[in-house]
Amino acid sequence: MKGFVLKEFLHIFRDRRTMLILFGMPIVQVLLFGFAITNEINNAQIAILDESKDEMTLAITDKILSSGYFHLASVLTDRNQIEPAFREGVIKEVVIFEPNFSQRFGKENQAHMQIITDASDPNTANLLYNYTNAIIRDYTSKSTQLATPPIQIGIETTMQYNPELKGVFMFVPGTITILLMLISAMMTSISIAREKELGTLEVLLVSPLKPWQIIIGKVIPYILLSFINAVIILVLAYSVFAMPVRGSLVLLLLESILFIVMALSLGIFISTVSKTQQQAMMLSMFVLMLPTILLSGFIFPIENMPLPLQIISNINPSRWFIIIIKNIMLKGLGFGYFWKETLILVAMALFFVAMSVKKFNIRLSK
Amino acid sequence: MQTPDLIKQNEPNHVIEVNNMVKKFGDFVANDKLSFFVRQGEIFGFLGANGAGKTTAMKILCGLSAPTSGEINVAGFDVYRQTDLIKKNIGYMSQKFSLYEDLTIRENFRFYGGIYGLKNAEIKERIAYLLNRLGLMHAADKVLKEIPLGWKQKLAFSVAIMHRPKIVFLDEPTGGVDPVTRRQFWELIYEAANDGLTVFVTTHYMDEAEYCERVSIMVDGRIEALDTPARLREKYQAASMNEVFLKLARIKKSES
Repeated sequence: MKGFVLKEFLHIFRDRRTMLILFGMPIVQVLLFGFAITNEINNAQIAILDESKDEMTLAITDKILSSGYFHLASVLTDRNQIEPAFREGVIKEVVIFEPNFSQRFGKENQAHMQIITDASDPNTANLLYNYTNAIIRDYTSKSTQLATPPIQIGIETTMQYNPELKGVFMFVPGTITILLMLISAMMTSISIAREKELGTLEVLLVSPLKPWQIIIGKVIPYILLSFINAVIILVLAYSVFAMPVRGSLVLLLLESILFIVMALSLGIFISTVSKTQQQAMMLSMFVLMLPTILLSGFIFPIENMPLPLQIISNINPSRWFIIIIKNIMLKGLGFGYFWKETLILVAMALFFVAMSVKKFNIRLSK
Repeated sequence: MQTPDLIKQNEPNHVIEVNNMVKKFGDFVANDKLSFFVRQGEIFGFLGANGAGKTTAMKILCGLSAPTSGEINVAGFDVYRQTDLIKKNIGYMSQKFSLYEDLTIRENFRFYGGIYGLKNAEIKERIAYLLNRLGLMHAADKVLKEIPLGWKQKLAFSVAIMHRPKIVFLDEPTGGVDPVTRRQFWELIYEAANDGLTVFVTTHYMDEAEYCERVSIMVDGRIEALDTPARLREKYQAASMNEVFLKLARIKKSES
């Protein structure tokens, strides 16, 4: 048994590709997701068309530009310039003030602005609109406080758990999930498929080793390495991106181990249905990677998906694990809040183990 | 069928005894009442075309698969209840030579030795003995990838007999190897058999059948002939084992 684990480590350490996937990928992924792929807005290029140029419009413009989110790329003087400005592709938003802005505001207690965004990228457009809107609302609420306040409902928004809306907070749980899934499931399925291809699995099965010993021997190194990886990602997230762990760290690690075991049993299951390494790789890619990224709520919110996809996402283990880590890391919740999700993962792990053992035995008796 | 009268029950020097072994997959009968024995130290050839049921029978003998019915004894143990003991006492070499390409020769030996529960000192001693016999001691720390196919095959055989099994099962051990290397490989087998090892070998190279002491020929799940190569040639009035095989297949066809 000890020899088996040792041999498995030798396989891993001798294969440069495997090593690269194991240790290069987590770091690259976290940094990529953290820095490059971001939902935040910094220095978005905007244009302003001010048809009244009074103290109020200037004050609002000033406030928008000093927020740090926007950068004034050009000042327009005519509505006909809006369309060409967007076409150049630099400007993402145009803010328009109607003529006689502050006069109207004084007389009729309301004035009109228009915000036009480049919605060829809908996410950015939406964000820009929301940011601008927030700034203007802030301005009006402050200025009306000075004057006699009309009856209005003041809305105060708090972004609970992630007040600065940091993208990293969203990506780290997703990245941990993807990586654990990839390393655990794909690597084990490939390594077992490789033994099948080489014919060594046959020799192992003829040996006095029991099938469960073979499986455990295969899996132990990957549990260890995946766990180390999870820790690396957490440390990176904590030190580089100041990602908090508000709940229990022990609980987080335990849940990670549960997820790793689940992914490994899935990997074993995949290897029992595939004959070659190629097949195992393709299966892992399509069955695991895509749903993990697309159907887990990692990037696209599940609530917004069409009903069939929502139903399918239920059988995606990553979905439940992401809920668990978000609950622990961001909300600081205890086990009582996600025992259901945990139970689902346990059930999935048991299911895959049972299926693989069954498959293994069928293979043996033929 | 001339086998049953040859069998004497529980002969002390019979390391494999098979009586009326049947294996069915649903309606398909892969092994139809096989009966034969193998003596200790014998080189027993298990011949047949692909799909004749050789592999199925061998898997049962190795404890990998349960027979449907029949009495089967391997290395003195019962195939139904004592597969663990059987596994400890047999060696197996697959047609793919099944060694780890990214490990060195020594690491491969150590790994397989460990699996069979050999102690470290014993492993060292066996590595030294087996590699010296092959004249490969100098290459012990080479990664297997760098080693030519013919050597790999001999190494795979040495690994299979490392734990001193009573019987070694060779599943088409000479596939893809040139005739000269094949010849050398058989010398290795003879040497091991001289030391008292029983060799059970499947092959579809009929020229190799000549090297065996006795051969059985399977056609469509039955053993159609079993004797020494010389007597089989005599009986079927054939110049070579290949001819024996062809004649058998022809007889079988005209029957059905």
